[in-house]
Amino acid sequence: MSTETAAGRFGRYGGRYVPETLVPALLELEEAYAAASADPAFGEEVARVLREFVGRPTTLTPARRLTEAWGGADVWLKREDLAHTGAHKINNTVGQVLLAKRMGKKRIIAETGAGQHGVATATACALFGLPCEVYMGALDVERQALNVFRMRALGAVVRPVESGSRTLKDAMNEAMRTWVSQVSDTHYVIGSAAGPHPYPTVVRDFQAVIGRELRTQAQAAWGGLPDAIIACVGGGSNAIGVLHPFIGDASVRLVGVEAGGHGLASKQHGASLTLGTEGVLHGSRSLVLQDEDGQIQEAHSISAGLDYPGVGPELAHLAKTGRMEVRTATDDEALAAFYEVARLEGILPALETSHAFARGRELARELGAGRHLVINCSGRGDKDVATISARGVPPPVGVKA
Amino acid sequence: MSGEIAQAFARAKARGEGVLVAYAMAGDPDLPRSVDVFAALVEGGADILELGVAFSDPIADGPVIQGAAERALKAGSTLKRVLDEVVPAVRQRCPQTPLVIMTYVNVIMAMGEARYAKLARERGVSGTILPDLPPEESAALRATFDAEGMDLIPLCAPTTPPARAQAIAKDGRGFVYCVSVSGVTGMRAELPPDLSQRLDLVRKAASVPIVAGFGISTEEQARTLSAHADGVVVGSALVRAAHTEGPAAAKALCADIKRGLRR
Repeated sequence: MSTETAAGRFGRYGGRYVPETLVPALLELEEAYAAASADPAFGEEVARVLREFVGRPTTLTPARRLTEAWGGADVWLKREDLAHTGAHKINNTVGQVLLAKRMGKKRIIAETGAGQHGVATATACALFGLPCEVYMGALDVERQALNVFRMRALGAVVRPVESGSRTLKDAMNEAMRTWVSQVSDTHYVIGSAAGPHPYPTVVRDFQAVIGRELRTQAQAAWGGLPDAIIACVGGGSNAIGVLHPFIGDASVRLVGVEAGGHGLASKQHGASLTLGTEGVLHGSRSLVLQDEDGQIQEAHSISAGLDYPGVGPELAHLAKTGRMEVRTATDDEALAAFYEVARLEGILPALETSHAFARGRELARELGAGRHLVINCSGRGDKDVATISARGVPPPVGVKA
Repeated sequence: MSGEIAQAFARAKARGEGVLVAYAMAGDPDLPRSVDVFAALVEGGADILELGVAFSDPIADGPVIQGAAERALKAGSTLKRVLDEVVPAVRQRCPQTPLVIMTYVNVIMAMGEARYAKLARERGVSGTILPDLPPEESAALRATFDAEGMDLIPLCAPTTPPARAQAIAKDGRGFVYCVSVSGVTGMRAELPPDLSQRLDLVRKAASVPIVAGFGISTEEQARTLSAHADGVVVGSALVRAAHTEGPAAAKALCADIKRGLRR
């Protein structure tokens, strides 16, 4: 089922609000993507790389101790953290870099927040032999040293962005500005299901492999569909990827969890679906955090990947039409969830993913025993250890403090 | 279309000159002093003033104008305050000069398109340039502006294919803004070799005058381009001059460029 109401439009949201210089490139991308989508050979190539290199399908893991601790629905984890490079981001970058090669592009640029998309883009570029430049907010360069190293090790150039809030939004501005200057031979790999048309559609389609696998795996595991699926939402690529194949299934509750930061009242959060207003940011009309004069506000989250004042247009549409339920989790709740998952399931989830886990308990209880709750485990937490350990580690399990 | 913009082109043509559209950021370094900058640009020979209204995320702008936007935001510049405080003051000091607002679509949306068009027109703004609003997205806004007598000035880019450029030019309002280089705003030592050919194509199809902008900062560039366009836009070079040396320096640069526009 598609929520696209016209090409590139999801209800009121979407569109292509970019400098005229970029419009021909977006039209070219739209056309090339349509041709690639219709070409079985392209689909097979993407599927082969996902299988051979990325490690798909990722497993659907029963979370037995979380299920017991939460006392409600059976909890299952869709393990995108087990995909190569440690997050779902690789699904999209493999697809887009193959598409760029098909279009004859000579180089790749990308923006990154937490660095997962940057690493995934650098990885796909290494695999397919294209030079890669990644724009990253200077603050994120500091917070995500491991991923900065990984990108450099993979041969990419990392360009710290000093403007604005020095985070993801500014990295995206800089990547778009660079793209305007080099549009003839460069493909811009956007990592979120955001940006100008056709990106929200392209990214969603490449990420929808998560939800498609989940359908099959749920059938095999318990012979039905999930009763609810939770995913964290920054720009929203993991969320739309896991949720999209279930939009038409009315019995499946779709839940997005945004960054509550220091709390919704603090004005320091990333809750654009919850508190954003309609606006245009980075090429599409969606819900954005802005002041009454239309200036974009700085988002805050302990997780660099949710620290974004916008959200993909399709998710804005799903939220506004009520198809997706939207909740928030604060920094502290995400941190608590990180340790809960680590100690009950032996998994260190990314801080982004920890937001989804933070709302798991109440949702499991709302659903009740015998129901099936799936949490999209969008990425692993290795990249976040500096941020998390700086706040002190709780005492070991089974040892008196 | 706004009579004021057409008159400015007609006056310049009668004098045997190309039009100088001069850009500065409203609110840089603060609101009152930016009025002095605009007045200086007109004293230097600017025929049309382009008032930048700062946006936090300016994807079409290079570092000079981005820096100006950051200063303007810090000084409290908003679209509302520009319309209330800067536009009337500039009108008073330069009553003959048409004013055009350049900003991003989100800033206009936040005020409300119809409210903006009405208020801006009342204050004496003739046209609006929105670099992130391509033709595909502009129909509704343009109808709103047309009803109010506000020109939505379209842009053509170096990457715009000929047929698309002709369609944009044919249906233009105010003037057609031909972006000279693939890139963001900012000075360039060299302009692309095929620029004059592109300008000729757009000019032939256009129902309104055409100007070239982005990357232009010298008398020589203005001279070369004025053979193929009805005028030029100069932004970053003026913003930098005003910021580092003050309004008099921006005025002097306007006068230099204006010399290049004499035919």
